[in-house]
Amino acid sequence: MDVSWYLVLSALLFAVGACGVLLRRSPLVILLCLELMLNAGNLALVAFSRSSGNEEGQVFALIVMVVAACEVVVGLGLIVAMFRRKVPLDVDEIRELRG
Amino acid sequence: MVEVAFFAGAIGALGGAIAVIALRNPFYSVLALIVHLISLAGLFLLLHAEFIAAAQIVVYAGAVMVLYLFVAAYVGAVEEPIWEPIPGQRVIGPLLAAALFIEVSIAVVGTSLASIDTEGPTIKAGFGSPGEIGRLLLERFLVAFEAASMLLLIAAVGAIVLAGRNRNPSDPKSAA
Repeated sequence: MDVSWYLVLSALLFAVGACGVLLRRSPLVILLCLELMLNAGNLALVAFSRSSGNEEGQVFALIVMVVAACEVVVGLGLIVAMFRRKVPLDVDEIRELRG
Repeated sequence: MVEVAFFAGAIGALGGAIAVIALRNPFYSVLALIVHLISLAGLFLLLHAEFIAAAQIVVYAGAVMVLYLFVAAYVGAVEEPIWEPIPGQRVIGPLLAAALFIEVSIAVVGTSLASIDTEGPTIKAGFGSPGEIGRLLLERFLVAFEAASMLLLIAAVGAIVLAGRNRNPSDPKSAA
């Protein structure tokens, strides 16, 4: 399989994730869609690592996974804190910081 | 054979991704994301990234998704309102996503990188094995490795501060 197939699939997955961020309003699902986009980026990194024949792209993908795990932990902590304080779990309701 | 494996993985990844954004119950969305991640791990194996594939299954589909499942079960099903706060959001959103896909695809296919239209160079045995990745992480990328471990520690402490018990004594809820 040519590497460009993987890159086009990665672009498609990234677009699906972006569509989810635009459409959904539950913060939990928006976090899931961010995961989709990060994983699409990971697929592109690993595909480029294969096409250039060295493993440095795979180390990049590992670091992306670490950053994604951190983002998940903090995001889920925020969601639990919002749920405890009875803040509605809807990104359109949380607009105090809007200019 | 490689083509069959690629298309099976691609259909799994794409179907999982679409199910994540289409299912209304967040719990089912998390389960669909697990399908997506396992399919992606298969694609990583096809690209000779064995360690990344194993880490994807153990760390992502295992640990991170369990965290998501617990929070989805704790918060429960959130009713998403039917009305649209921005008129036409349900039409404009997919249109913008399709535009993004077309734009990135043109950038990828129209690039002058000749190597992406091949399977990639022949690689040595042990490409992407844990030993090779570990050697890179501890030699060339040692600073990034240590920074990642610090980042994980900070995120764990931050999550405890955010979601932990409210210790403010003036708050009557903390006394309970």
